[in-house]
Amino acid sequence: MKKRSYVGVLSAVLAASMALTGCAGNSSGGSNASGGQSQPAPGNSGGGTTEGGLIKIATQSPLSGSNSAIGDAIKTGAGYALEKRKEEFKALGFDLQLFPQDDQGDPKIGVSNAEMLISDPDVYGVVGHYNTGVAIPSSVKYDEGKLVMVSPANTGVKLTEEGKKTVHRICARDDAQGPKAALYAKTTLGVKTAYIIHDKTAYGQGLSDQVKMQFEKDGVQILGFEGITQGEKDYSAVLNQVTVKNPDIIFFGGLYPEGGILIKQAREKGFKGYFMGGDGLDSSDMIKIAGNAVEGVVFTSVAGDVTQTEEGKKWAEEYKKATNKPLETYSVYGFDSMNVILNGVLEAAKANGGKKPTREQVLDAVHKTKDFQGQFTKVTFDEKGDNTNADVFIYKFAKDKSIFVGKAE
Amino acid sequence: MLAPFLRENTSSQRSECRKFVQVYKGNEGWESMINILPQVLVDGLTLGFMYAVVALGYTMVYGILEIINFAHGDIFMVGAFIGTEVLLISDALGALEGMNPFVALFITLIIAMVLTGALGVGIERIAYRPLRGAPRLVPLISAIGVSFLLQDLVRFTEALARNEFYLNSPALFTGSIPLGSIATIPTKGLIVIVIAIIMMIALTLFVNKTKWGIAMRAVAQDQSTASLMTINVNKVIMLTFLIGSSLGGATGVLFAQNYGTIDPYIGFILGLKAFTAAVLGGIGNLRGAMIGGVLLGLLESLSGAFMGPLTNGAFGAEYKDVFAFSILILVLLFKPEGLFGEAVKEKV
Repeated sequence: MKKRSYVGVLSAVLAASMALTGCAGNSSGGSNASGGQSQPAPGNSGGGTTEGGLIKIATQSPLSGSNSAIGDAIKTGAGYALEKRKEEFKALGFDLQLFPQDDQGDPKIGVSNAEMLISDPDVYGVVGHYNTGVAIPSSVKYDEGKLVMVSPANTGVKLTEEGKKTVHRICARDDAQGPKAALYAKTTLGVKTAYIIHDKTAYGQGLSDQVKMQFEKDGVQILGFEGITQGEKDYSAVLNQVTVKNPDIIFFGGLYPEGGILIKQAREKGFKGYFMGGDGLDSSDMIKIAGNAVEGVVFTSVAGDVTQTEEGKKWAEEYKKATNKPLETYSVYGFDSMNVILNGVLEAAKANGGKKPTREQVLDAVHKTKDFQGQFTKVTFDEKGDNTNADVFIYKFAKDKSIFVGKAE
Repeated sequence: MLAPFLRENTSSQRSECRKFVQVYKGNEGWESMINILPQVLVDGLTLGFMYAVVALGYTMVYGILEIINFAHGDIFMVGAFIGTEVLLISDALGALEGMNPFVALFITLIIAMVLTGALGVGIERIAYRPLRGAPRLVPLISAIGVSFLLQDLVRFTEALARNEFYLNSPALFTGSIPLGSIATIPTKGLIVIVIAIIMMIALTLFVNKTKWGIAMRAVAQDQSTASLMTINVNKVIMLTFLIGSSLGGATGVLFAQNYGTIDPYIGFILGLKAFTAAVLGGIGNLRGAMIGGVLLGLLESLSGAFMGPLTNGAFGAEYKDVFAFSILILVLLFKPEGLFGEAVKEKV
C-alpha cells in the first residue's frame, strides 16, 4: 500500500509538472523548468557558468529471480560505464547517478518501475531490459515520459516494430538471430530433423517461430513444436515425445533456468543429438543448472565475446578488478548501452548551451546516434531504433565455460 | 518399397500409394507410442508419489481441523531448501566426500523433517490456533498469508546468504537402472518412490495401530467428545501438523534430489497439484490422498506424452494440466466426495 501511494503521489507531481511545462518544452530556457523540482548539484550554487544538476540514468533488469545473474551483469556493466565518466560530467557541472531498478523479469513490476522512473524528472535514460516480454509493456510508459531506452539484450522483433521513438537496442533482433541459428544448425552441424521447444514467452516463442520458418525454408523436418511452462521442474512429458522422434537437434527458445533443466533431463533420457538455443542460454549459470550435460550445448547470442581482442581482454580485466563481479557476455553490452545514453546526454547538453537538457532533447540526441564506437559494438540506430551494425555470434559450452565459436553468417 | 508405386502414374495407384504412406506413418506413430509407454509410466509414477506424500499433509490437516492448510506447499519448499543447504554446506566442508549416499540422504532427510516438523507446529500455534473459533474462511486466509510469508522469507535469506535464491542441489545418486530395453528408471527416481512408499506405510501403521493414532482419529471424528474422553486435543492437533509437515519437508528433499534445481516458488504449483490429488482421492482420507496423488501424476505424464500424437499436434504437451484437471472436474461432478471419500454425514 505504501509503495502504491508513493507512486500515486509521484505521478500526480508528474502530471502537474507536465501540465506546467507542456508547451515550454522546446522553447529556449525551458529546459530547467521541465525538471520542476530538480535539485541543484551540491557545491554548484554560486556558479553562473553552468546550470548543472543531478542526472540519473536508470537500469531495469532482473536483479532477483531466476534471471538475476544476467540482470546483475547488465546493471554492473552499465554502472561501471557511468562510474568511469563521472569526472567528465562533474567538470561540466552534472552529477551522474546510477538508478538501478529490479524488474524481476515480471512485466507488472517492469511497468510500475517505469511509471516511477518517468515521474522522476532527474531520470534521463534507461538501460534495459533483459526480457522482451517486460520491455514491450514498459516501453509504453517510457514513450509517455519521452524517456529514452537503450536495450542491451532484447531481441524480440515486436519491440522496435511498434514504432516507438524512445525504444532502441544495440543488439541484433530475433529475425536475424533465429534464421542465422537455423542456418548454422543446417550447414555446420548438418541436422536434418529438429524438435523445437519454447517457453511460451514473447522472447522464447518469437525466436522459435523464426527458427521454425528458416528450418522449413531449408527443408529441415520439424518433428515437433511444443511449449513448456516456466517455473516447472519436470519436463519428462515433453521429453518422452522427443526421445520417440529422436531428432538430430532440440532447439530451445527460452532462458537458461529452463534450458539447463531441459538438457539435463534430456540427456538422462538418453538423448544423443544436439541441443541448441538462443541468447537466453547465454549465462554462466547454465553450467550450474545443467551440470555435465551442458557440454556441447550450442547457442547463438547477440552479444559477442569481448575478450577476442587484446583491447577487449584488457577491458575485461579492468572490469573484473573494478566491479569484483564475473564477466558475463552482457556486461559489455550494459557498458555500451550506458555510454550511448551518456553520449546523448552530453550532446543534448552541448546543444542546450551547457545547461541541463530536457528528456526530449536527450531522446533526439540518442536517436541520432551514428557510428558510435562502443567497447564492443559499433552503434548506428536506424529509424526504428535498431542497431544497423548488430551481429549474431555462435558459442558452444565446454565443461566449465562457454567457448566463442565465431560470427554467424 | 515405395519406389514401384511412385514410378507409375495412374491416379488409382497414386491414391493407393498415399494410403500406404498414411498407414505406414500411422503404424509408426502407434508403435512408437507403445514403445515409450513404460517410460511415461515410470515418470508419471515418480511424479505421482511425490504428489501423494505432499497430499497426505493436506488431507491430514483437513481431516482433523477441516481447514485447508495452503501453506503446506511452502513447507514442502522449505524442506527442499533445508535439505539442499545441508548437502551444500556438508559438500563445502568436504563431508560428502566418500560418504555413503544413502547415509547422506538419510541424515539430510532427518534434519529436514525435524526442522519442517517444528515449522509446521509453529505455524499451527501462531497462525491457526488463535483462529480456531473463527469462521472457516479466516484460517484459510491466514494460511495463504503464511504461504507468501514463507516464500519471501526463504527468498530473502537465500539472497542474503548466497546472493541467489535458486539453488542447485548436489546430486547424491546419478546412475540409472535399465528395466529391460523398454525403459530406464533413474536411481533417484526409484529412491523417491521407495521412500514415499515407506513413509506412507509408516503413517498408515501409525494412524491405525498406535494410541496416538487412535487419538487422532477420535479428534477427527469429534473434537469435543474426544476432549471429554481425556484426549488432549491441542496435543493431537500439534502432532498432526508435526507429522504432516515433516512428511512434506522430506518430500521437498526428494524433489530437490530428483530435479536438481529449486526456487522459493516450487511450493505453489506442486502444492496446488497435491491439494488437487487430495480432493481427487477424497479429502480427509489417507488412502484416497495416496491414490489420488499417484493417479494425478500418471494422468499428467500420459496426457503430456500422448496428447500431441493423438490430436495430431493440435494440443501439445503444454496443455497437459488442462487435460488432467478436466478429468478432475469430471470426477468431482459425478462423485463429489472424491474417489475414496465417504459422503459426509451429519455429525451427531
